[in-house]
Amino acid sequence: MLRLDKVRLGFDGFTLAVDLQVAKGARLAILGPSGGGKTTLLSTIAGFLRPDSGRVVIDGQDVTEKPVQDRPLSILFQEGNLFPHLTAFDNVALGLKPGLKLTEQDRADVARALDQVGLGDMGARKPGDLSGGQRSRVALARMLLRRKPLALLDEPFAALDPGLRREMLSLVGDLCDAEGLTLVMVSHDLRDAERLCTDLCLLEEGRVILNGPLQPMLADPPDALAPWL
Amino acid sequence: MHHANPLNLNRLGPAEGRYAGRSRHFSTARREMEKLDMKTPIIASGFALLASTAMAQDSVLIVYTYDSFVSDWGPGPQIEAAFEETCECDLQFVGAGDGAALLARLFLEGAQTGADVVLGLDTNLIASARAMDLIAPHGIDAENLTMPISWDDPQFLPYDWGYFAFVHGTDLENPPSNFRELADSDLRIVIQDPRSSTPGLGLLMWVKAAYGDEAASIWEGLADNIVTVTPGWSEAYGLYLEGEADMVLSYTTSPAYHLIAEEDDSHTVAAFEEGHYIQVEVAGIVNISNEMDLARQFMDFMLTPAFQEVIPTTNWMYPAALPAEDLPAGFETLVVPEIPLLLGVDEAQALRQQALEEWQAALSQ
Amino acid sequence: MASRAQPVSAVQRAGAAIAALVLLAVLGPLAAVLWRAESLTGLGPADIAAIRFTIWQAFLSAVFSIVLAIPVARALARRSFPGRAALIALMGAPFILPVIVAVLGLITIFGRRGVLNEGLAALGLPGLEIYGLHGVVLAHVFFNLPLAVRLFLQGWLAIPAERFRLAATLGFTPRDIARHMEWPMLRQVAPGAFLVIFLICTTSFAVALILGGGPRATTVELAIYQAFRYEFDLGRAAMLGLVQVGICVVAGLLVLRVAVPAAMGTGLDRPLERFDRQSGVQRAGDWLAIALAALFLILPLLAVLLRGIGGVASLPGSVWAAAERSVLLSLATAALAVVLALPMAMLIARGRARGLLETIGALSIAVSPLVIGTGLFLILRPYVNPASSALPVTGLVNALAALPFLLRALVPAIEAAEAGYGPLADSLGMTGRQRLRHVVLPRIRRPLGFGAGLAAAMSMGDLGVITLFAAPQSGTLPLEMFRLMGAYRTDDAEAAALVLLVLSLLLFWIFDRGGRVNAAT
Repeated sequence: MLRLDKVRLGFDGFTLAVDLQVAKGARLAILGPSGGGKTTLLSTIAGFLRPDSGRVVIDGQDVTEKPVQDRPLSILFQEGNLFPHLTAFDNVALGLKPGLKLTEQDRADVARALDQVGLGDMGARKPGDLSGGQRSRVALARMLLRRKPLALLDEPFAALDPGLRREMLSLVGDLCDAEGLTLVMVSHDLRDAERLCTDLCLLEEGRVILNGPLQPMLADPPDALAPWL
Repeated sequence: MHHANPLNLNRLGPAEGRYAGRSRHFSTARREMEKLDMKTPIIASGFALLASTAMAQDSVLIVYTYDSFVSDWGPGPQIEAAFEETCECDLQFVGAGDGAALLARLFLEGAQTGADVVLGLDTNLIASARAMDLIAPHGIDAENLTMPISWDDPQFLPYDWGYFAFVHGTDLENPPSNFRELADSDLRIVIQDPRSSTPGLGLLMWVKAAYGDEAASIWEGLADNIVTVTPGWSEAYGLYLEGEADMVLSYTTSPAYHLIAEEDDSHTVAAFEEGHYIQVEVAGIVNISNEMDLARQFMDFMLTPAFQEVIPTTNWMYPAALPAEDLPAGFETLVVPEIPLLLGVDEAQALRQQALEEWQAALSQ
Repeated sequence: MASRAQPVSAVQRAGAAIAALVLLAVLGPLAAVLWRAESLTGLGPADIAAIRFTIWQAFLSAVFSIVLAIPVARALARRSFPGRAALIALMGAPFILPVIVAVLGLITIFGRRGVLNEGLAALGLPGLEIYGLHGVVLAHVFFNLPLAVRLFLQGWLAIPAERFRLAATLGFTPRDIARHMEWPMLRQVAPGAFLVIFLICTTSFAVALILGGGPRATTVELAIYQAFRYEFDLGRAAMLGLVQVGICVVAGLLVLRVAVPAAMGTGLDRPLERFDRQSGVQRAGDWLAIALAALFLILPLLAVLLRGIGGVASLPGSVWAAAERSVLLSLATAALAVVLALPMAMLIARGRARGLLETIGALSIAVSPLVIGTGLFLILRPYVNPASSALPVTGLVNALAALPFLLRALVPAIEAAEAGYGPLADSLGMTGRQRLRHVVLPRIRRPLGFGAGLAAAMSMGDLGVITLFAAPQSGTLPLEMFRLMGAYRTDDAEAAALVLLVLSLLLFWIFDRGGRVNAAT
């Protein structure tokens, strides 16, 4: 589904050098210390950064030279996922039609997506009137609506309290199952990864230290994983 | 050094003498110093130099005047030096914008004014100044005046004068010889606003003095010749030099500047058959001054050659008491109007409001 | 964000005190004129006509300045090219030039013998006339367009980079970006920018008269001048001063109804990178906007340069002395303006009595400098020697005049900082000076540098109160330039104007640059 082929990217004395594959339907957690290159890697997949060399392949398609909007993916950022002057409904609808010229069908789809994240009755509210968890759900609803096969999550729930975060992660898991999404999530918490993901990639100083299915690693933790347990 | 140094921020300009060589040649002054800024039109007045650094043994004479009189290029520095040689006193000039600003300053200060002498009002301002009841009789027998009109005002004494005139390039073909010809021509002129400028007011009085009840129709005829009306003399003259207009309202003495200071003889003035209005610049003694004797001494000095000879090439006006043969070379080339026009002070005051309304009505259409 | 409950800090108390001081400094002189006049004079039909013309031309000028600034600011926000920073700095120049210099510069281009008309004539086309209402608006746009561009540019740069990334992932077209990101920003910035430009144009006098072509173009300010100078009618001057206060208050209330508070959310500071697709048409449009604005603003300045350059070497020493005085005065003015503006801006950003405070801030440009100057003169005259108070008074008045511009630049930035980090600061119990230093200042360096530069440069070019108080040998550079002009010495005056232009730009540039050093945006 996703393949990073000898991707290299350097700036400010930092070099990212990654070879990585993610199978269709898999859920990969990218774990690593701050400054290890997690967000750089995600930005490269998304298309905000262009690699110096190597290829980014999504769904069998070489997207290395493609701009963000032409790649078959959705992103949830750490923050700033919503426009403060638009209602929750409109924020979700942006995922369908940025011009907000909605048909009846579109409106029904948006309403359904809000229902899926449990916000069926909150559509008229603006982000300022929603809780942090609710805001994350709105962003998630939009991601669902976009129906892109690859979902990128950049620690989107880091600001939520643990209970709420657990809830969101399991919601994301359910939705990925329901929609058949492939997922790449940046995290700094192995427990979050455990809750949602099937695979793990440990990234330090721009290099992949560990990479493989998550469960076997947890059953018999390699040394490199020790600090994260 | 005339005064305290505020905040020590201002290094005083060079001593007058340092540029004397140039300034004798280049310097000039102009009654119009209205500053005009979109953000900040100026306000009346200059400042009072109260005592400050005066030499202790000398008495101090404070003369309020317009700003350009005391600038490095005006008559002030030379006159101050000349007077102080004879009076054993400290003469302090206080500059206050233009002539109208000077009067406004006097008005605001009223009986608290620090001035001993006010120098730089023109004939159009005399009535207002008199009404303030601040000017004493000068008591000077001014029989040596060399003006083309008689003068017998008991409070205000002239020191220079000039004819208003339209300045144009010598390459202008068929310059008009009266207001009607000007109005009928396609010539473009710049004038000053009579509500904010003394030359502007002078032009208003010129047309009124020459045409009386027909003034309104003259203005209607001129309306399409007037490119624009500026707040003061500087802007109008600047626009003329810029080529925006064929003619500008100024003085018959203006070409003398270009001729003498710039050796440029390409400017002249149009002589009008109906005559040219005169601007007379006057001084008066403040009646609450503590230095009455010194003030009189200054007024006497004002009509002596030591003062009068400075005027032509600093103020670019005719001195009020200097025979024509004593004028600097170049002045003999100037156009001399045949008919001098000047309304009496009270008459001018009485006509002003009506003339202003005629002007405004004709030009607002 | 508008009204988070929290203790009143020292900074906020200072803000309130300064607001009161500003009000006093503006209305006090008006009251002094009124008190001296003893009674108000009623307004005649000519005054009513002047009021109508004043409002109309100021409205048109502000509308055109704002509307034209938007495409220019947008183009500058999303294009990078060599010389962009220099262009932006140069664009600040018209605003700070003495009016007559700018007008003569404009006339070199648009006048009867101007470049434009010579060009049209060469093509056999009829010439254009600059004199008339359109000329007044043209000149006011020349003065104020750069200011509007700068304010909008700040706004664009304040849009969080995340939002552009989000827009990119959602496949926003430029239209969508305009609608969801730029329009909200414009709604936030435009009303305030409109207000300051409108108000500054209401006190226009020389530009309106010279380019307006005659008494049709009589403004309130000219009527005040006439009342003071030729009629000695303080009652009428005070009445017209009150009218100006009225215009300011009404305009302030109307504009603030339209304005929306900042709701930009927060973002990490990063240079504006955009990932949206841009068509060739758009790119061409941007370059066209930049090129036209650059030509419109820079050609007249070039004219000032070309006329002045020859005379600089032979300028009299008094001009250089005046220049030195002006630079020192400008620095002091900038410092004072920042000290006045910062606490007030923090108070406004906290949402307390916002309308009232913004209106107070705007009053200082709405009320005639003629009235303020005369009033201050009446107040101070009995106690201090006007000559020795000339520079402090000028500094104060200039700082007051710069205040609204500083507030315009600072308030949105402080609001953004507070929106993003206010809760954190609250939770840490940071108030007053701590908050200013750690939360606000680091995030407002850019607008602060801009505002301080503007205050310094405006003070450089100002020819206001100084003429009322100054001694002949302590004039500022613009005053000296005007003296030269009044003495027929056109060449020297043009050289002095060039010195003024260069010094103003330099001051502006240094402050503006200083604000950007180590600032990410």
